[in-house]
Amino acid sequence: MDLEFTAEERQFRQEARAWLTANVPAEPLPSMDTEDGFRRHQAWEKRLFDARWAVVSWPEEYGGRDAGLTEWLIFEEEYHRAGAPGRVGQNGIFLFAPTLFAFGDTAQRDRYLPAMASGEEIWVQGWSEPEAGSDLANVRSRAVRDDAHGGWRLTGQKIWSSRGTYGHRLFGLFRTDPDSRRHHGLTYFMVDLASPGVTVRPIAQLDGEPGFAEIFLDDVFVPDADVLGAPGEGWTIMIATTGSERGLNLRSPGRFLEPARRLLDLYRRRGGDESLRDAVVRAWMDAEAYRLFTFGTVTKLLDGGRIGADSSVNKVFWSQMDVESHATALRLLGEYGELDAGSPEAVDDARWLDGFLFALGGPIYAGTNEIQRNTIAERVLGLPRAR
Amino acid sequence: MRLAYGEEQHLFGETVRDFLAAHCTAEHVRAAWAADTAVSARWAELAKLGVTGLVVPDDHDGLGLGEEELSAVLEQAGYAALPDPLVEAAVASGILAEFAPDAGWLARIARGESVASVLLPGQAFAVEARAADLVVVGIAPADAPAEIHVVDPADCTLTAQVSVDRARKLFRVGFDPVPETLVASGPAAATALARAADRGALGTAAFLLGLTRRMLDMTVAYAKQRVQRGVVIGTHQSVQHHLANVLVKLEFARPVVMRAAYSLARGLPSAPRDVSMAKIYAGEAADLAARNALQVHGAIGYTEEHDLHLFMKRAWALTAAWGDASRHRARVAADLLGDAPAPMTPEL
Ligand SMILES: Cc1cc2nc3c(=O)[nH]c(=O)nc-3n(C[C@H](O)[C@H](O)[C@H](O)COP(=O)(O)OP(=O)(O)OC[C@H]3O[C@@H](n4cnc5c(N)ncnc54)[C@H](O)[C@@H]3O)c2cc1C
Repeated sequence: MDLEFTAEERQFRQEARAWLTANVPAEPLPSMDTEDGFRRHQAWEKRLFDARWAVVSWPEEYGGRDAGLTEWLIFEEEYHRAGAPGRVGQNGIFLFAPTLFAFGDTAQRDRYLPAMASGEEIWVQGWSEPEAGSDLANVRSRAVRDDAHGGWRLTGQKIWSSRGTYGHRLFGLFRTDPDSRRHHGLTYFMVDLASPGVTVRPIAQLDGEPGFAEIFLDDVFVPDADVLGAPGEGWTIMIATTGSERGLNLRSPGRFLEPARRLLDLYRRRGGDESLRDAVVRAWMDAEAYRLFTFGTVTKLLDGGRIGADSSVNKVFWSQMDVESHATALRLLGEYGELDAGSPEAVDDARWLDGFLFALGGPIYAGTNEIQRNTIAERVLGLPRAR
Repeated sequence: MRLAYGEEQHLFGETVRDFLAAHCTAEHVRAAWAADTAVSARWAELAKLGVTGLVVPDDHDGLGLGEEELSAVLEQAGYAALPDPLVEAAVASGILAEFAPDAGWLARIARGESVASVLLPGQAFAVEARAADLVVVGIAPADAPAEIHVVDPADCTLTAQVSVDRARKLFRVGFDPVPETLVASGPAAATALARAADRGALGTAAFLLGLTRRMLDMTVAYAKQRVQRGVVIGTHQSVQHHLANVLVKLEFARPVVMRAAYSLARGLPSAPRDVSMAKIYAGEAADLAARNALQVHGAIGYTEEHDLHLFMKRAWALTAAWGDASRHRARVAADLLGDAPAPMTPEL
């Protein structure tokens, strides 16, 4: 074991810290799920990109720094520690991009990656449909061949697309073989949401902002150039993307370490009985355990190992941890816990309440925790398939 | 940055695992229940593998290794619910190496000729004190300097206790500290006792990981084979989720234990906090594993005829031993919420 960072890694940390200290906006940006907030988050992504901090782990030709996994984790720690804004481009950068690197052709990468990294084009995920939530293989939205124009015509409905209200492009699964069932005959498409035939209906999330969208597609043309991988291979490619979502890509430890530290500070300010003290300490320990677990995963990956269904173990842990730590903060706040942003006496501008509402989505998205436990039981522990 | 046991630690662990699979079966653990002492011919065999002298310095016939190797090995010992006092051997060795290296005890422990028991401040009972050849006793009164004594159990009054886990032979130890038994006193003794307690807690945490894995494996195997209403119970989601929850607990306890081993081996300032975290996480994993294993086994798990209880009872005993969760939580809390500002992301 060697839990030290190398001199280069420490240097990288200092460099990131210095830039973030000088550049992170002093005032928090408005919610990225408002029109104004969305634009300002985009502007922040651009600033990150111009300084080459938007996509540190990407190759330099796409605006990255070719940083390794450890450096990426360091950057994430510094990013959250600096209180930098949430990444409006995260679904593209952290979920879709790895898939595009693995399955896309050069033209697709050149076309999409730079605009994604700079925040110019924000990507949204289009998996869920009214009849396909946990049972994603039940996707019904279809794509019909249009040979005359060298592409496909998409019809159907996607729902719960985060950032769908203001986002620009969607990646998702469509059924290209009308006779297919379940996970066969599905194809992975990249769809321009400005195309004729697309209707977007914003849906207010628990916090009241239009964070979700319902997306209706009516005979929307998508050229062959925007098919990722071969037609019919969509399911396999999708698995790679959702693995990123459950695994460490979307939820780096840095994201949880900083709120855990702030929770300790909140406890110092407000105090509380022993059960509260224990809950606060637990929140910090869980974030720390998550960090260590991630280092273990990274070691495994660097040694040539793979993470498969293990990402489900990860997902159950972080989503529960996030809910618990915010619930603890609300307990600490007592009567002030219910005060929403804009209330004159809201503590820390109600960020704990906001965070709590957001965290509650964790056990639902990225595959519900019930589904993750099924996966753990069957694919990791080897139990027979559930009936 | 590497969080993984090294190749040698791994191989050593495997060797011990294979040995114990043959020489410390559930039947052997049961035999320890019935015997006066758990220490048997196996002790000498463990010594041949280097296990009893793992942390004994090499100029005293030991392997001179540290907490990382110790943890890797104790995890395997936990998998087998080994009744022999390996944690005690490791704790005693550390103290003897520092304060009484020339008394011959170290080499005898390493060669498997002597069994050591320990009684540190805060511990009520000493394991295997009657079968032991020496007991390392620490005293740390609030108003006087700490002292460490090495005593002959024959000079003590030993009152046998009965543990829920009959393989654990517990004793209340009464003795009169005399100059002849004193090996250290003052701040150096206090520091050594604190480190010894951390080593014991860490070793126990590693042991608990092994117990957790064993109970999980037993339960997965049972869930795959037990049929009710015409179907294997492992196909039921509620059963699957019980076991998935155990795996999540285990997978997150393991790196915490590994990091504590790393910190303690290097004497890092965070070591006490890291060890407490390890004990808490491993204890919780073992506790959840025990409860869910029992639930999934149903009534057969509620008997002494089935082997499960051997592992559950060890888990309960060890969760309480070497500092229970509330003691360790208080220590982490004091560290995190003390006067210093809350720790930032480590600078390292
Ligand atoms: C904050 C948030 C953001 C999201 N963002 C996106 C996005 O950007 N793009 C997108 O496509 N989707 C997104 N989703 C949707 C998300 O992927 C789905 O909500 C999720 O897959 C569950 O589907 P569902 O809501 O239809 O619930 P259902 O599948 O109807 O499940 C309802 C309940 O039944 C349980 N259940 C269902 N099937 C089983 C089973 N086999 N075994 C045990 N329990 C079962 C579930 O665990 C859940 O508790 C988002 C959701 C949230 C909350």
